[in-house]
Amino acid sequence: APLRGLAQSVHRTVQMPFANGTRPLIQLPGKREMILLTSRPPQLETPFAVFNEGVITPNDAFFVRYHLSELPLEIDPAGFRLTIGGHVERPLTLSLASLKRDFAASEVVAVNQCSGNSRGFVDPRVAGGQLGNGAMGNARWRGVPLRALLDRAGLRAGAVEVTFNGLDGPPLDAMPDFVKALGIDHARDGEVLVAYAMNGADLPFLNGYPLRLVVPGHYGTYWVKHLNEIMVRDTPFDGYWMKTAYRIPDNDCTCVVPGQKPDKTRPIGRMNVRSFVTSHTDGQRVAAGATTELRGIAFSGGAGIARVLVSSDGGQGWSEARLGEDLGRFSFREWRLGITLPAGRHRLMVRAFAGDGEAQPLEPRWQPSGYMRNVVESLTVEAA
Amino acid sequence: MRGAGLILAATAALAGLAMASAGLAAPGPRGKAPAARPVTFTLPEETIPEDLADAEGEAVVNHCTACHSLEYLVTQPRGKGAQFWKDEVAKMVNVYKAPIEPADAEAVAAVLARKFG
Ligand code: HEC
Repeated sequence: APLRGLAQSVHRTVQMPFANGTRPLIQLPGKREMILLTSRPPQLETPFAVFNEGVITPNDAFFVRYHLSELPLEIDPAGFRLTIGGHVERPLTLSLASLKRDFAASEVVAVNQCSGNSRGFVDPRVAGGQLGNGAMGNARWRGVPLRALLDRAGLRAGAVEVTFNGLDGPPLDAMPDFVKALGIDHARDGEVLVAYAMNGADLPFLNGYPLRLVVPGHYGTYWVKHLNEIMVRDTPFDGYWMKTAYRIPDNDCTCVVPGQKPDKTRPIGRMNVRSFVTSHTDGQRVAAGATTELRGIAFSGGAGIARVLVSSDGGQGWSEARLGEDLGRFSFREWRLGITLPAGRHRLMVRAFAGDGEAQPLEPRWQPSGYMRNVVESLTVEAA
Repeated sequence: MRGAGLILAATAALAGLAMASAGLAAPGPRGKAPAARPVTFTLPEETIPEDLADAEGEAVVNHCTACHSLEYLVTQPRGKGAQFWKDEVAKMVNVYKAPIEPADAEAVAAVLARKFG
């Protein structure tokens, strides 16, 4: 055993572009080689180059985020049951076969992004998962609209919230279980799905097999994995992961002066607008005087993408990029732009505008928990 | 509570891991029909990160592996000062109910502050 430990501990590593950012690459079951953040519970980040392969993130490259280390290590699809109970007329207990057979399926292409995606870039740095930009992904989700399940169970008068719990749990009983809540109107909006498939296949184990909640436009914290219990409530839920964790400053910019604490907070919700260059990396060389084909992705919290602007002079002039195929307002949207650069170093910037007019900020906004980073990204290329 | 299953590898790379023979029975990432067989997952084995593999790190390893692997600690930003580590340890005890006596918590926070503060 010691010998094996020795040999196999020699991992390839990657260097994230922030201090203390050396990470091993690891290949876990159902996944290609990914960036390892933690091994128990498993947390994997998508290598950024994957986002240049296409606007759909492959299942085997999709990021993995757990909070609690007591994972189910075996799930029997035949014995698995989803229960829907609480403040309802008819509590339901559904098998996977019943979900697929007895309810009309619905599909949505939607981005799932960790609230703390890009936390490693937050300045000043804050505690939490020290992620690069790879804790996001875009997939075609298929499942049953939550509304259909709630209608079948029949809401009783006075229902205000719905909670979601999965098979993963705390390793010690005293620790708060990972349970999330949505307001009743959100839960019934017809967009929230109980998904059993991702990009045409069963959910990978590490992305929540056999069922996960899909909350289009909302941060991943609500996308409860291994979902097996839905409870309707007639009182607001005050569990730790809603009341204390995943809170953001309750003001217009959802930000505070770095180092300060907000006086009022609210639960994190919709994602803000972001965009990235995927075709080039910081420090890359390009040909001077010839066309450089830039490409990237943009997304928002449900308003689609109206425009993507690119600057090649550090933000003085901006050119409009061409947008690619529209897979819906929750999806990654590809953008492309050919630019010709004279010899020298150039700072490229990309800025997206959502369909509702929301624009990426030119200066970073700061939160104590390092959530919701969406500053305009920039990178330097060397034309020669 | 599940054992941490730590392996001390002399030359452990930063956050080095020894992979157990991890098996995903079914379905594979491109599986089609709903699997009839149970789907299983095996956690990777863990090693003690080099930064915590000395005598001083022992208290940290003993008190901080009940609930998660040690990458949670060693990937945090460095140079944040002693208060950062006092706060982290206090959060583990107060919020997540880590069963650590106050004197041990203080000692662990002090080691982390010396190593990473
Ligand atoms: C009783 C369980 C438990 C014990 C014991 C424990 N932790 Fe944690 N720790 C957690 C949980 C839960 C999280 C959050 C996990 C997540 O969200 O991914 C966490 C996260 C962390 C993080 C990441 C940053 C953050 O604040 O979320 C650090 C650093 C950390 N723990 C340090 C420690 C140290 C140091 C010790 C030992 C003194 C320790 N932990 C012992 C439960 C525990």
